[in-house]
Amino acid sequence: MRLLTFKGGIHPHDYKEKSKNSQIKRISPPDFLYLHLSQHTGTPSQPIVEKKEEIKIGQKIAEASGKLSVPLHSPVNGTYMGTTTYPHPLGGMKEAIKIQVNKENTEPFKEKKRTKIKNLSKTELISIIKDSGIVGMGGAAFPTYFKLQVPPSKKIKDLIINGIECEPYLTSDYRLMIEKPEEIMKGVDIIRRIVRPKNVWIAIEANKPDALHALRETDSQFPWAQFITLKTKYPQGSEKQLIDAVTGREIPEGGLPFDASAYVQNIGTAFAIYEAVYLDKPLFERVVTLTGNVRHPSNFLTPIGTPFEYLIEISEGIIGKLSKIINGGPLMGIAQSRTEIPVLKGTTGILIQNKKEYIEKNPRPCIRCSACVDACPMKLLPTEINKYIEMDNLEKAKYLGVLSCMECGSCSYVCPANIPLTQQFKIAKNRITKENK
Amino acid sequence: MLNISPAPHIKSTISTKKIMWSVVAALMPSFVYSVSIFGVRVILLTLLSIISAVGTEYIFKKVTKREITISDGSAVITGILLAFNISPNSPWWLPVVGSAFAIFVVKEVFGGLGYNIFNPALAGRAFLMASWPGLMAGNWKAPASGTLSGLPLQAFDGIAQATPLTLLKAHSGASIAQSLNSTYMLKSLFFGNVGGCIGETSAILLLLGALYLFIRKYADWKISLGYIGSVFVFSGILYYLGQTPTIPLFHILSGGVMLGGLFMATDMVTSPVTVKGRWIFGIGGGIICVLIRIWGGYPEGVSYSILIMNMFVPLLDKISEKQIFGR
Repeated sequence: MRLLTFKGGIHPHDYKEKSKNSQIKRISPPDFLYLHLSQHTGTPSQPIVEKKEEIKIGQKIAEASGKLSVPLHSPVNGTYMGTTTYPHPLGGMKEAIKIQVNKENTEPFKEKKRTKIKNLSKTELISIIKDSGIVGMGGAAFPTYFKLQVPPSKKIKDLIINGIECEPYLTSDYRLMIEKPEEIMKGVDIIRRIVRPKNVWIAIEANKPDALHALRETDSQFPWAQFITLKTKYPQGSEKQLIDAVTGREIPEGGLPFDASAYVQNIGTAFAIYEAVYLDKPLFERVVTLTGNVRHPSNFLTPIGTPFEYLIEISEGIIGKLSKIINGGPLMGIAQSRTEIPVLKGTTGILIQNKKEYIEKNPRPCIRCSACVDACPMKLLPTEINKYIEMDNLEKAKYLGVLSCMECGSCSYVCPANIPLTQQFKIAKNRITKENK
Repeated sequence: MLNISPAPHIKSTISTKKIMWSVVAALMPSFVYSVSIFGVRVILLTLLSIISAVGTEYIFKKVTKREITISDGSAVITGILLAFNISPNSPWWLPVVGSAFAIFVVKEVFGGLGYNIFNPALAGRAFLMASWPGLMAGNWKAPASGTLSGLPLQAFDGIAQATPLTLLKAHSGASIAQSLNSTYMLKSLFFGNVGGCIGETSAILLLLGALYLFIRKYADWKISLGYIGSVFVFSGILYYLGQTPTIPLFHILSGGVMLGGLFMATDMVTSPVTVKGRWIFGIGGGIICVLIRIWGGYPEGVSYSILIMNMFVPLLDKISEKQIFGR
């Protein structure tokens, strides 16, 4: 059988073997947690607790504010220490809630099994999801309640559940699929009831047959689910490429998935929706893969706000001399300047690189090998665009589609001349958007 | 201190150097075979050609105070390919002059690796062709255990002094067509038991080397298929219309079609970067080659066909520039 896929992309070694067999392990929290008010795309949350107040696990500690925002909940029993400026994984210092963890009271969150879920209306479901603070768990952290409100004029033909996890190294979604297949499918059912698609596709890459198998085991309960295996290729987990691979339809330039009658939601998000709707449990912890050159690559169930250094410590440290701490995968993740960076709702993994790994080399002249052209999943001509950026001709770079670049890193990855294409496009995009303002 | 360089944080192991030296490796079977049929002089000529190419690049970079880049292997390729394009009977200075011209005028003056418009080795050959036509087109050598024409000596009068393509250019009529289209002839061409330039004689060994590059994706098979395929189809049409006495198989196996179509047209720097552009580049080159062979003044048209298509590369790159995802 010919496996479905999109055009372009790359085949890096996936290094998932490092952590794929490590069961999800709940960690005991550190002494302090730092919950950024800006966890998600949109307006930061607004704190609602008094300083020094005792707070309980799962308690709402910040409110959604503005049109695109979600609340925050405490991952632990502890003391609310007010807000402080703290390093943010996306760069700079931002306002964060500091919580002192109560080491005596380790009582876990009390799940409340919700009854009569079948009778809940679409609006009620969306409001539960919003109140639970759920955002896209695949990294983008876009508020899920907002995404679920598909304009009535747009009909969704295909709902795609994204179990691709195409970034090398990361295994948090994989572990969830192996360990919580039924819960995930129940979450998918909720999404299905809200967006009312014609087809529900559970999309998994060919390198994770056991994940597909685990989910498929549940399919007598979920007869509407269609399971598909896609060819293993990066960046297939990207929304645009996944929709193209599954349905053959391209989202129009500058459009959204529903413009192609499609809706995509990540495995981790489906699981969070399950917990919110079935157990009345808000999103205050998530699975984070800690991997790379650490002694024990692991998948940790981590309280939001846990500093990276704490996770590194409990996995017994780094192999070799530390070079990079990357928030996310090796292709799109951001190298951090400090070790105390806290986990966000969108933190899929932490990748540790030591000094022996990939050392930046001097760029050489482009030999027009076209590897970048073949790799670009957005069908751009990276080498041509770069030529115009170097000539400072942003008009032409824009005409050649630089704004469509999603910075997946494929072009830089393949370039034999070490030209930092992705970085160039990122800078050019920023300049163009600034000039337009 | 943490390293905070931007994503991506991993990189494929393919480098410019790796690509270039792989091309050199892919040319080796043809080189070794050429030594075996034309003698040790082939080694001398090829070495001189490489030394001249690399030396010229070195001196240019030194004089213009630029980074010395000779280890990237690109000048070595130019040296080998230029030697592959001259007769094994050539005087020692011919490849020296040709390679120096190729590197200095065609490559470095335009900005060095990546910036040249024309394939340096081909332009170097064109320069030698214009300057010393006698040495380039009338100074052949027969292979050790064969004939210059690839045919048995008794097959045809005057056969000793001509390569297959010069025979085709000089004669017409049924007898020559019969000999050139014979299985004997095609075998000589396929395995390389025939006279010609140093590196062009054996089709099978060139194909073997190119196959390695195709598999590693260091050369694009689409250009080669476009080029050789269109020589085949277009010469086939003209054969059918009675414009050429020889069958298409003769056309693709003789002269430089294999060397040019597999190793010169696929030069990354001087070919388009888009899939559509590459098909047009290859097919266009093949058609021009046949036009020159059949109606032009030269017996062979490979070099000029590729050089002409080189000029269209910037235009061909524009063809696909608007095909953006979702546009």
